[in-house]
Amino acid sequence: MGTVAVQGLCKSFGKVQALDGVTLDVPDGSFFVVLGPSGAGKTTTLRAIAGLEKLDAGSVRLDGRDATADTPAARDLAMVFQSYALYPRHTVYENIASPLRARRRSSSEIAAAVERMASLLHIERLLQRRPAQLSGGEMQRVALARALVRSPRAFLMDEPLTNLDLKLRVEMRTELTRIHRSLGATFVYVTNDQVEALSMADQVAVLKDGKVQQVGTPTEVYERPANQWVAGFVGSPPISLLACHAEGDRLVGAEGWTLPRPGWTTAQDGRPLLLGLRAEDLSVERRGDASLSGELYGLEPLGDRTVVDVRVGTKILKVKARPTVTGTPGEPLLVTVDLDRAHLFDAGTGVSLSGAGR
Amino acid sequence: MGVSVNEAVSTDPVRDHPPPARRRGGRGRSALEVALLTVLAIVMLFPVLWMIETSIKENRDVYAIPAKFFNFQFTMDHFKDVFVGAGGGRSALSVSFLNSVVVAGVSTVLATVLGVPAAWAYSRFAVKAKKDQLFFILSTRFMPPVVVVIPIFLMYRQVGLIDTELGLILIYAAFNLPFTIWMMKGFVDEVPAEYEDAAMLDGYTRLQAFRRFTLPLLVPGIAATAVFALIFSWNEFVFAIFLTSSDDVRTAPPAIAGLIGGTTVDWGLVAASSVVFALPVLVFAYLVRKHLVAGVTLGAVRR
Ligand SMILES: Nc1ncnc2c1ncn2[C@@H]1O[C@H](COP(=O)(O)OP(=O)(O)OP(=O)(O)O)[C@@H](O)[C@H]1O
Ligand SMILES: [Mg+2]
Repeated sequence: MGTVAVQGLCKSFGKVQALDGVTLDVPDGSFFVVLGPSGAGKTTTLRAIAGLEKLDAGSVRLDGRDATADTPAARDLAMVFQSYALYPRHTVYENIASPLRARRRSSSEIAAAVERMASLLHIERLLQRRPAQLSGGEMQRVALARALVRSPRAFLMDEPLTNLDLKLRVEMRTELTRIHRSLGATFVYVTNDQVEALSMADQVAVLKDGKVQQVGTPTEVYERPANQWVAGFVGSPPISLLACHAEGDRLVGAEGWTLPRPGWTTAQDGRPLLLGLRAEDLSVERRGDASLSGELYGLEPLGDRTVVDVRVGTKILKVKARPTVTGTPGEPLLVTVDLDRAHLFDAGTGVSLSGAGR
Repeated sequence: MGVSVNEAVSTDPVRDHPPPARRRGGRGRSALEVALLTVLAIVMLFPVLWMIETSIKENRDVYAIPAKFFNFQFTMDHFKDVFVGAGGGRSALSVSFLNSVVVAGVSTVLATVLGVPAAWAYSRFAVKAKKDQLFFILSTRFMPPVVVVIPIFLMYRQVGLIDTELGLILIYAAFNLPFTIWMMKGFVDEVPAEYEDAAMLDGYTRLQAFRRFTLPLLVPGIAATAVFALIFSWNEFVFAIFLTSSDDVRTAPPAIAGLIGGTTVDWGLVAASSVVFALPVLVFAYLVRKHLVAGVTLGAVRR
């Protein structure tokens, strides 16, 4: 078993409200990702779950039992710290062995477990070194090994892959997902990398300014962002947002364009709105009746695709196109919009008005 | 604090921290610098040299006019007199040296044992009015100790601590404690709290986490702090002379001072006992000089 449930976590550091009523429900065995920008309160959330932070309010339940007052040791969790927190005087071997030593396992059992971790994370050659003699990526793997060496109730991981180079990060992503599946354990995984979140998570909680913006599967968060901020944070290239309002059966843009009003929206006429359009839902090649006219602003070739920047009025739209697309800046372009996949937000509150029908 | 320590600190740059380029290997020094430093060294070291010379001169040569710098009669008798009494047994001075060792040692251990955990607590925990408390602790060092010697004397007389080693140990520990807390807090602040956090998640209790993972990292800081406390206790004079009177309780500073003031003064003995008195501090400061520099540059000063 390994469910983690936090309810109404509040924590302030002086004037900074790091957590402002965070409620999360992590099901047993899930890969639960907490996604948010720097300073969102991700680390503080993990530390609260681990029992390292004295809370202003809120409760932590582990396996259904109230653990708010438990010591970190009693909570039976393992954590990978953002700063690794490897013991500087201990060898890599001793660092990895530490959780087992604390629990008084026999040295033969410890040796076997450390060997297993070392080969899993490809750090066999490093076992006799000290943390100061490791690269950032190696330290991160040692920190992972120290957490994974035991079978705790749940694993807490604070951006464990950020310091790896891209190739290793992609490799470790797959590796971690595989480990998660084979252990069947609960992972609470913090990251500011949305690709990581979308590719690894069963569930994503998007955090901003100490508040949970949305919880859902990666698809839900990507396809049905709860608000304008989530829509902007998740997805690359970022979603394009255009100011507009509904008028009868049309959407009228602040830049003068008009589009047919999508059937799914609940927005009232005249209310200021933001139309959210993802790059892959726009096209400069297809032809359809819902289209915006603008001019080519720039091309961003990314190898497998090209992102076309199209200027509509004063706004730049990011449009995904085939890598073969060409053009000269300033030439007029027609951007076809897949309105069924567009998003509408209240311009004032940012809340999604896309309706439940999608 | 003892001048000897500051000298040990400043004249001996540690290899780990390369000194500024202008000082490299001494070769870069200008003639003016060398001249000034020589003059300074002579002025500062002359009393020390004179003390050492007097301690190994025959009494005749001690009083010789003009003073004999080089061709005096060498003797170790003064040093023998420091330790061996007139009748052949232990001298009163040797007893007071022993007292000094006990008083300085125990009071330093006491201040360290109490001060290190206190510093850790102030560094790690959210203590109410932490700044005010720390300021209060420091404020006990604002006034010169001599100001409180009369009240302490009266209090000690009430509780029977007058003329006891325990009395001196307690008062020295009390005076060293604020300093120990402040200096050690600087060192603890330097050790990331996350080592303890990680250890607690590994399954250790908070105290185990401190003992196993933070304490070993504090050893240099503890050594530096203890040396300062030791030197304070070793050199302390005012309380020693007010609170103790009998020969078998007295520490070395009042005992040596007591040698001066009779009808005749045995300057050879005074010099020899002063040398014996100064040596432990110098040796100790030399042994831990690396930690002292680390302590001064890393710990207490940064925050
Ligand atoms: N010990 C502390 N003292 C003061 N402020 C803190 C402390 N810890 C965190 N904060 C503040 O609380 C907020 C949330 O911090 P937190 O470390 O949880 O962010 P994060 O989401 O982990 O960010 P990052 O991605 O940069 O690690 C930040 O504004 C931070 O400055
Ligand atoms: Mg963080």
